Amino acid sequence: MHDPTPPRAPLRRIGAWSLIIGTVAIVAVAFGYVGGWLAPHRLTPKKLVNQLQHDAGTFAGYRRNHAKGVCVVGHFDSSGQAQTYSVAQVFAAGQHTPVVGRFAIPGGNPYAPDSSVPIRSMALRFMLANGQQWRTGMNSMPVFPVATPQAFYAQLQAKQPDPVTGKPDPAKIAAFFAAHPETAAFRAWAKTARPSASFATESYWGLNAFVFVDAAGRRQPVRWRMVPEANDAGAATTPGGADYLAVDLAERLARGPQRWQLQVTLANPGDPTNDATKTWPDDRRTIDAGTLVLERSAPQASGPCRDINYDPLVLPAGIEASDDPLLPARSAAYADSYLRRTSEEAHLPGTAAPKPEMSR
Amino acid sequence: MNATPDRFTLAARALHWLMAVMIVAMLFIGVGMVATVSARHEWLLAIHKPLGIAILLLAVIRLAARLRHPPPPLPVDLPVLQKLATLASHGLLYFLMLAMPLIGWAMLSAGGYPVMLGDALRLPPIFPTSPVAFAVLRHLHSAFAMLLFLTFLAHMGAALYHGLIRRDGVFASMLPAPSRSIDGDREKVDADKADRPSAAPQND
Repeated sequence: MHDPTPPRAPLRRIGAWSLIIGTVAIVAVAFGYVGGWLAPHRLTPKKLVNQLQHDAGTFAGYRRNHAKGVCVVGHFDSSGQAQTYSVAQVFAAGQHTPVVGRFAIPGGNPYAPDSSVPIRSMALRFMLANGQQWRTGMNSMPVFPVATPQAFYAQLQAKQPDPVTGKPDPAKIAAFFAAHPETAAFRAWAKTARPSASFATESYWGLNAFVFVDAAGRRQPVRWRMVPEANDAGAATTPGGADYLAVDLAERLARGPQRWQLQVTLANPGDPTNDATKTWPDDRRTIDAGTLVLERSAPQASGPCRDINYDPLVLPAGIEASDDPLLPARSAAYADSYLRRTSEEAHLPGTAAPKPEMSR
Repeated sequence: MNATPDRFTLAARALHWLMAVMIVAMLFIGVGMVATVSARHEWLLAIHKPLGIAILLLAVIRLAARLRHPPPPLPVDLPVLQKLATLASHGLLYFLMLAMPLIGWAMLSAGGYPVMLGDALRLPPIFPTSPVAFAVLRHLHSAFAMLLFLTFLAHMGAALYHGLIRRDGVFASMLPAPSRSIDGDREKVDADKADRPSAAPQND
C-alpha cells in the first residue's frame, strides 16, 4: 500500500470500524430480542392466535375465537349506584349510554352447532357521551379455567386435534387438567352445565377483576356480571337445528327488549384480583349499577358489531385494569385476531379472502 | 441561536438528541408491546400513544427550525454518493417521524378505537371507521417502523463513521459542546488536509 499515514493508522482504523459495526449490531440484536424474533420461547399474541387456528381451523374474515355470533343493539340505563365508586360517565345517575354488543359461542369455527359448547358469551361496547368507550367481554360461567396466559396456551395446545383422528387426544386433555389443578372450579361447573336454548336467559360474568376509581382517586377492585330478567331457562326445550340461538334471540326481541341487571361485586381487602379461577366469597357487597336493554339483533356479517374488537382494556376514565395477567393477554391476542380478520377483509396479499355470503 | 457555520444551532442539537432518545425508545416500545402477552403489553401501549403525539409535535417544531436555520454544509470533499445518501436518509427520517404518529392516530381512528392519551385525555378521530383502512394503516405502521429502525441504524453508523473514520467535523456539529477528542472541527481537519493533501481521499 502506498498510504503515507503512519503504520499505527490501519490498526486504529480496524478498531474504529469494529466499534461502528459492533454498535450497530448490538442495537439490532437488542431490537430483535425485544421484538420477539430472537426470543422464540416468549409467548406472543401471534403464537396464541396461531394455536387457536390450529385447534379450530382458519376461517377468513372471522374472529379467531368466539367466531360464531350475532350483533345486538341497545342501551344502558345507569341506576347511579356505581357512581360512588367510579367516575365513569356511564355510571352517572340517569345516564343513558348507547350499546353495540355481540352474543357468541366460544371456539374458532363460525359454523359450529350452538349445542356444541355449554358456554355463551356477551360482549358490549358502551359509547359514552364524552367520547370515551367501555368494552367488555363476558362469559356464561362464574370462573375461567386457568389463571395465566401460559396455562391458557397449554390448554389450547392440549385441545389441538390429533392429525390422525381429527379429534383432540383425551390423554393430552387429561394430562393438562392433571397438571393444572386450578381448573377444578371450572370443571365442577362444566360437569353440570348444559348448552342453553337462549342467549337471553344467561348470566354473563366479567371473570377478570377490574378497578373502579372514584372522584377522590380511591380504588375499589370489582367484578361485574350481567344478570338476565328472562328466567324461563328451566323449560327444558331441545331446540332443533344448529343455529337456534340467533333465531331465539330475534324472536324474543321481536316481542320486546331483553334486559339484564349489571351487578358489580366489591372486593374486600385481600380478595384476589389476579386469579380468574377463583370466585370471591358470596357475602361480598354487590351493587346494581343499572339496566342493559337490548332492542334488536343483526347478523354479524352485516351488523354493527362486525368491525368492533371487544378488547377488555378499552376502558373509560373511572375503570382500570386489575393485576389479572389474563387481561393484557386478551387485549394483545384480540388485537392480533382483529388485524388478521380486517386484513382478510381488505384482501391484503398473503391473506385468504372471506367467503362473500358468510363474512363473519 | 448560537449558530456557527460548522455546527447546528443549540435548538437543533437539543431537539436532535431529545428526539433521538424518544424515537429509539418508541421503536423498542412498539415492537416490544406487540410481541408480548404480559403486563408489559398494557403499560408499553399506555406510553406509546402519548409519546407518539409528543414526537409528532416536536417533529413539526424541528422541521420549522430547520427551515429557518439550515444545517451546516456537508464537507466539500464528501463523495457524491455519500452526499446523496445523507440527503435521502435525512429526508426519510423527517418523513417517518411525521408520518408514523399520524398513521398510528389514523389507524386507531379507522379501527373505531378511542384515541386515549391517558386515563381521560382523548384525541378526536382523524379517519373514518373502516376495517379495510385499519388493516392497511396497521401494516403500514409496522413496515414504516422497520424502515425507520433501519434508517436509524444507517444514520447512527454514518455518524460514527464521520466521527471515527473521516473525522471531518460532521459528528461534532451535532454534539452538545465542541469536542476535539472524538472528532475534529472542520477548520482543523481542512488545515490537516491542506498539509497532506494526498492522504485525505484514501482515508475514506
